Amino acid sequence: MSVGLVVVSHSAKVAEGVVELAAEMAGEVRVRAAGGTDDGEIGTSATLIAAAIEAADQGDGVLVLVDLGSAVLSAQMAIDELVGEELRGQVRISEGPVVEGTVIAAIQAGTGSDLDAVDQAAVAAATMPKVKG
Amino acid sequence: MFTSEQAIAWVKETAGVVDEHAQELTRLDAAIGDGDHGTNMARGFRNVLQRLEDLSEPDMGSLFKAVGMALIGKVGGASGPLYGSFYLAMGRELGEATEVEDDRLAAGLRAGYDGVVARGKAQLEDKTMLDAWHPALEALDAALAGGKELGGALDAAEVAARDGVAATIPLIARKGRASYLGERSRGHQDPGATSSHLIVKALADVVNGR
Repeated sequence: MSVGLVVVSHSAKVAEGVVELAAEMAGEVRVRAAGGTDDGEIGTSATLIAAAIEAADQGDGVLVLVDLGSAVLSAQMAIDELVGEELRGQVRISEGPVVEGTVIAAIQAGTGSDLDAVDQAAVAAATMPKVKG
Repeated sequence: MFTSEQAIAWVKETAGVVDEHAQELTRLDAAIGDGDHGTNMARGFRNVLQRLEDLSEPDMGSLFKAVGMALIGKVGGASGPLYGSFYLAMGRELGEATEVEDDRLAAGLRAGYDGVVARGKAQLEDKTMLDAWHPALEALDAALAGGKELGGALDAAEVAARDGVAATIPLIARKGRASYLGERSRGHQDPGATSSHLIVKALADVVNGR
């Protein structure tokens, strides 16, 4: 069991690509994509996000990584109005960046860390040195 | 008195005017946003019309819930969860009623407005849809309190919404993508306020039999 992850992007391809990348790094963690609208158009969908949260949940909570703009509003709406009440308190939207944050969070979740620790790892990915080691 | 039949007619009228004005909404959004408000809203309301076909004689709660759910899944932009919250909250407020007194309709609209405020956390004069809704609902409440019939009260609300839209032009956007533009958002009419005015106008037109 581990914290589950949901990747929300305006692009279905971005969300799926990030999930593919994270799965490569930590295959045992449940990472689900919620990109685009219900019709696969550019945008975000609270209904798709809610379904992805339910699918990612294994009882240890779910961290939602979002790109920008309406992704945040749609994710908040999914959590407040659409996911099961018992799950609501165990879902958090991360301030972390969507690509690096998801990958690092997946690795952290794979170690069995709790939601706080997984979120902290995702947030820290924003300031992780890339060029200046 | 406001009935479920009028509510359905309102939603259909809204879908029609949103489609008619899609290019205008998109043009306004292209100036200060990402240029998709009209297309997004039209797509959302097309799905609303499809969902209406599956409902037979719905009460107001189930009607507005269906509208809200269609919008949050299909619109794609921030207006999806915002208008979705509007209709869901209004549906919750009106519940199983199939006809309501004028002041209950006003309370339903107010609940919808509060839902948008809770979701978007915008303030008045942030250059958002609230800048059309707020004056409209104030005018509606005042007209009803002054003894006006629903049709006349909604006409007053429509005028107030239209004035609210015009008043967004000099404002600096403080929410959404337009807020990235800062000063450069001045001089443009807010697309969300514009679509909100269309929704108020559709309601006034339906109730007045136009």
